[in-house]
Amino acid sequence: MSCMLDKNGIAKRIAAELKDGYYVNLGIGIPTLVANFIPAGINVVLQSENGLLGMGPFPYEGEEDPDLINAGKQTITTVPGSAFFDSAMSFGMIRSQKIDITVLGAMEVSENGDIANWKIPGKMVKGMGGAMDLVASAKNIIVAMQHVNKAGESKLLSKCTLPLTGVNCVKKIVTELGVFDVLPEGGFMLLERAPGVTVDEIRKATAGKLVIKGDVPEIQV
Amino acid sequence: MINKVVTDASKAISDINDGAVIMLGGFGLCGIPENCITALMKKGVKNLTCISNNAGVDDFGLGLLLKRKQLKKMIASYVGENAEFERQLLSGELEVELIPQGTLATRCMAAGYGMPAIFTPAGIGTEVAQGKEVRNFNGKDYLMEMAFEADFALVKAWKGDTSGNLVYRATARNFNPLMAMAGKITIAEVEELVEPGELDPNMIHTPGVFVNTIFQGQNYEKRIEHVTVRSIN
Repeated sequence: MSCMLDKNGIAKRIAAELKDGYYVNLGIGIPTLVANFIPAGINVVLQSENGLLGMGPFPYEGEEDPDLINAGKQTITTVPGSAFFDSAMSFGMIRSQKIDITVLGAMEVSENGDIANWKIPGKMVKGMGGAMDLVASAKNIIVAMQHVNKAGESKLLSKCTLPLTGVNCVKKIVTELGVFDVLPEGGFMLLERAPGVTVDEIRKATAGKLVIKGDVPEIQV
Repeated sequence: MINKVVTDASKAISDINDGAVIMLGGFGLCGIPENCITALMKKGVKNLTCISNNAGVDDFGLGLLLKRKQLKKMIASYVGENAEFERQLLSGELEVELIPQGTLATRCMAAGYGMPAIFTPAGIGTEVAQGKEVRNFNGKDYLMEMAFEADFALVKAWKGDTSGNLVYRATARNFNPLMAMAGKITIAEVEELVEPGELDPNMIHTPGVFVNTIFQGQNYEKRIEHVTVRSIN
């Protein structure tokens, strides 16, 4: 039976990419859930680009601190050893590649690693926040997103149609259907399938160039 | 020490008039100069250009000035929490420049450090790059972005002394120290105003030289945008 990943499944699979000693920036939405699945036995430090290294879980009720929020404006806590800093220093550590991995959501990704996630002309005008800075500088960018949009159209395209956030930057994508590497020469290489999801189903849902090499294993989550 | 104290927000902002370019510290509603915003609302100054990461929410923060049509132009990185903002933007009533958050921070930093421009990779290959000079350094493209020029910076600190030394708290620091350095005139409001010598000089975030005016803020609401909690179990 086909068993597409839910949001937590996507987050859990991405968490498996984290390594001991990593500094990690998690975007809003599914990426935030990655923090719940950090593998046992490894130490990672979560960065919030509004000015915190060492982000902890949400506070207990009654312990919310209005001066302590994450980049999604949610109340949070700190872990022992955390540090606060201003916004220029925050993007300094992003630009100078001290952050090892960045996980963010997207509306579209193209087969050469372009990403669009900040604007739908005439419809949605929210702004890019820190996303453009992150994708322009991060050394390892993983996109967490649904494979198709609400209209049923593929979000893995040969070319993005929406205004770009960054070019040639996405390295890996995890959707409810599978895990994909964005190849340097262009194309989405299918690394793993969600349990029971066939290569054909993935091919149908992928508008961009899909690259299959040999047998594709199922995701172990 | 030089005494920079005024009694309240309305005195502090009395030189801000129609058409001024103002920077306001804060990220979301965290660390915003609440008292100064309320005073600007009461004074009714118009045609303001505001540089701030966000535009408040409908009935708090910069949203208060937006609702009363006091803003001509907004320069921000993310405005997703404000329906009135989106309406004024789509209808063309409000001029808006959306820029990457790191670019916003660094353009403040450049102004505060006396540098005319910076180079950043953020926005290369996107509509943000339109009309801007691109330079290649070591094989990578960078956009030239200009330092901000703001008439006033309004910042909020946790503690400050009468000579303008400031200390911020937790993530309420965000853009405040950068803007404090960047404004031609900087006005600081603080939760706790103390005498010189009461703050440890090792712990000062903004030295008083950057602050022109300081006052003890009143009735801080410190509204939380998204209260998120975990369960006891």
